[in-house]
Amino acid sequence: MLEDPNNEEGSEGAERALVVALAGNPNSGKTTLFNNLTGTRQHVGNYPGVTVEKKEGTCRYGEADMGLVDLPGTYSLTAYSVEERVSRNFLIDEQPDVVVDVLDASNLERNLYLAVQLIELGTPVVFALNMSDIAEAQGIRFDLAELSRFLGGPVVQTVGYKAGGMDELLAAITQVADHPAAFTRPHVDFGREIEEEIRKIEGRLTSASGLPSHVTPRWLAVKLLEGDPEVGEQMASTGVADVVAQSVAHLRGIFGDPPETVIPDRRYGFISGACQEAVRSTVEDRHKQSDRIDAIMLSRVFGLPIFLGLMYVVFQVTFAVGAVPMGWIESWVAWLAGAVGGLWPAGSESPLQSLLVDGVIGGVGGVLVFLPIIMLLFLGVALLEDSGYMARAAFIMDRMMHRIGLHGKSFIPMLIGFGCSVPGILATRTLESRRDRLTTIMITPLMSCGARLPIYALIIPAFFPEAWHGPMLWLIYVIGILLAIAAAKILRIAVLKGETTPFVMELPPYRMPTIKGAAIHTWERSREYLKKAGTIILGFSIILWAITKYPRKTEYDTDYGRLAAEAQAVYLTGARRLHREAVSPVPFEQFLSHAEGNPDATAHDAIMVAPVSLSEFVHRIRMIRARCEDTIVQKGLEDEELLVLALRHQVDEELARLRSDDPGTFDAALEFVDEAVTPYRERLDEIAARRCSEDMRYAVAGRIGCALEPILKPIGFDWRIGTALIGAMAAKEIFVTQMAIVFSVSRGEEDQEALRHKLQELYSPLVGFGIMLFCLVSAPCVATIACTWKETKSWRWAMGQWAGLTVLAYLVTGLSYWLGRILDIGV
Amino acid sequence: MAVPLSSVDTGRKVRLLEIHAGRALQSHLTALGLIPGVELEVIRNGNSGPFIISVKDTRLMLGRGMAEKIDVA
Repeated sequence: MLEDPNNEEGSEGAERALVVALAGNPNSGKTTLFNNLTGTRQHVGNYPGVTVEKKEGTCRYGEADMGLVDLPGTYSLTAYSVEERVSRNFLIDEQPDVVVDVLDASNLERNLYLAVQLIELGTPVVFALNMSDIAEAQGIRFDLAELSRFLGGPVVQTVGYKAGGMDELLAAITQVADHPAAFTRPHVDFGREIEEEIRKIEGRLTSASGLPSHVTPRWLAVKLLEGDPEVGEQMASTGVADVVAQSVAHLRGIFGDPPETVIPDRRYGFISGACQEAVRSTVEDRHKQSDRIDAIMLSRVFGLPIFLGLMYVVFQVTFAVGAVPMGWIESWVAWLAGAVGGLWPAGSESPLQSLLVDGVIGGVGGVLVFLPIIMLLFLGVALLEDSGYMARAAFIMDRMMHRIGLHGKSFIPMLIGFGCSVPGILATRTLESRRDRLTTIMITPLMSCGARLPIYALIIPAFFPEAWHGPMLWLIYVIGILLAIAAAKILRIAVLKGETTPFVMELPPYRMPTIKGAAIHTWERSREYLKKAGTIILGFSIILWAITKYPRKTEYDTDYGRLAAEAQAVYLTGARRLHREAVSPVPFEQFLSHAEGNPDATAHDAIMVAPVSLSEFVHRIRMIRARCEDTIVQKGLEDEELLVLALRHQVDEELARLRSDDPGTFDAALEFVDEAVTPYRERLDEIAARRCSEDMRYAVAGRIGCALEPILKPIGFDWRIGTALIGAMAAKEIFVTQMAIVFSVSRGEEDQEALRHKLQELYSPLVGFGIMLFCLVSAPCVATIACTWKETKSWRWAMGQWAGLTVLAYLVTGLSYWLGRILDIGV
Repeated sequence: MAVPLSSVDTGRKVRLLEIHAGRALQSHLTALGLIPGVELEVIRNGNSGPFIISVKDTRLMLGRGMAEKIDVA
């Protein structure tokens, strides 16, 4: 008898804290019920020591505060799978006040198999007859009272997706919690012969010591007869094994089958009996409509094309719709960088400022930008899963997956991996076989993740004509997939040998996905991505910032100070000349300081007053232009866009208007700006950038890059790419920023065109392609490796993944480079 | 006469005799309703690729290898 220490307390309207567990088959709508009861008051953790998700939430009913635990969906409570063991041990060790067994009313007999095992355990149960609307539509009628008597607990009809029956369910839960003895526990009779052997084993057990508490000797005896490995192990010390063996042999002799076959048969017999008494059905196939849809979805002709089509739609929508919020986040991050940077005076060399702006905001911001795309991808996947289509997709993919040694279900983690590898790897938990899981985890990073997109976006336009952009991107993705297939095959043959797991999966009928369910699903996965940004990438961004910036050079190869002084001398000479020619009444120094003053883009009112002096004109011209360029930068616009053309046209108009005030002075001012100020500033920027590059080379990152150069040269890379790749190890999102620094594209220059020009100057299209290949194949980010480590619980596999991917990247890039050189393509 | 499930044509109804599989897999299949004596209907036998059967009120997808391990009559 399960202990129930709360029994004595009674309930006189006092505050109750209840622990309620939810159990049930997969596809029974358990999760929807859980969401109905807890809403947003839920969180996900882990059961200690295993990679099984623990979902908990809270709910309040009357004066009762309920802590709900959504146990993993299982068909049974054997010891053969981690989920089942976790569920079983939770029920035994944690002793929840009530267990709610969620039953699919339209599939009752099979669902009751789990129910019977809950009854055998002796936990107080409330039965939620879920999807009862569907059952009703199919003409199934339940005698709830009779069913309740058979099962030993209240039976409540619920309609999960409409949240129907929730109140009644909660009432039943509190009722059972308050009066657990009110319901007679049913006795599942296994037949005379088996019952006799049970009694024998029970007898032996009660005289033994060291029995686990919270379970009855009967339950232990039944489990031992069934050959349950966990119970067998636990009871090994009691010496009961020989009695059990005798019983098993005896029963086998009588039935011709071992008790582990007969006992389940008796359970189904009990279920059959209960259903015969309590369930009436007119024959109406709940699968009829689904079958009609499946005739097309699973047909040999249309099945695969439809699947590919759906995948294409999901990706298209994700990238198209996601681009908009991506832009917002980009602007916001840029604004934040500006705001934080602005806390220090301009030109400050403060390490803290740099740490915050370049390191933290730069690094983490890069990750956040992808959030919309990733969320949309997950939403698409969630909708497909909730509708039941994923089972069909697994069916269609199974044949292909089987040939490379994987399971049909493996493709879901891979699909998610196109968004981000981390949730993809987490999704491998649905695979039961460790071999399948490991293989899938190893190859998921080869699905080109969202973070690599900016790398492709940088490189493809730099080296390839516009018509090739689409196909090149597609080519990269396909190469990733092909490599994954090859890698899977090799892993299966060489390392993870063994037969493929038999493919067994329930095919649920189609159903309408709930927005709420899909949203919660999506949010859970996205949260993993954000956690990765908040922790690992943040940490590594800081480390990278440090190794890119330090040690600082004190003595430079080139005397930058002298170069700057030279530039300034040239500038001042030119400025004086123009000042003289314009016959300005203002002394030179005053004129200069006014003209040079930072064009304050927000001093809008100044425009209203007509300018008089030369310096004022200069100031205005610079202001008008600066405002335009700032807007372009802020909105992240590209050169060719219409808006940019419109803005520049507007600038021309404003300048023309300004000129009309005093053409002579305006022309002189314009000359001053174009021939003195602007070139001077550009030269200063250039000098700073060169210095930056030298700094970089001196810093740790640069040195590593230089040290690696001998290895990288054979595949066409140089120290610069090497340095950028080191940064990219932390997170591929950082790669482009690193490239900008390495190529001394001046800080603040958002225009990728400059960077692309530099790349074009230095490298051939072949090398550019090589860069993309390397980034595609090498590990996406440290977070992925960390996730692999957590999920496989072995640093060996995690390191193996990192090393394997890096080596593979090197080989693939090398191969491409040499093929290209031999065939003289893109050199 | 015992035949493997994989050889049964689409639309036929058969009775399950035995499953040749390890204990873990047998236990899992039992929980799904596949116990000796139960009636199965073959919903789809594609001659290659996965199999769909109906057990009581459930649809199950089986890999071909799996279907070959199940004896029916």
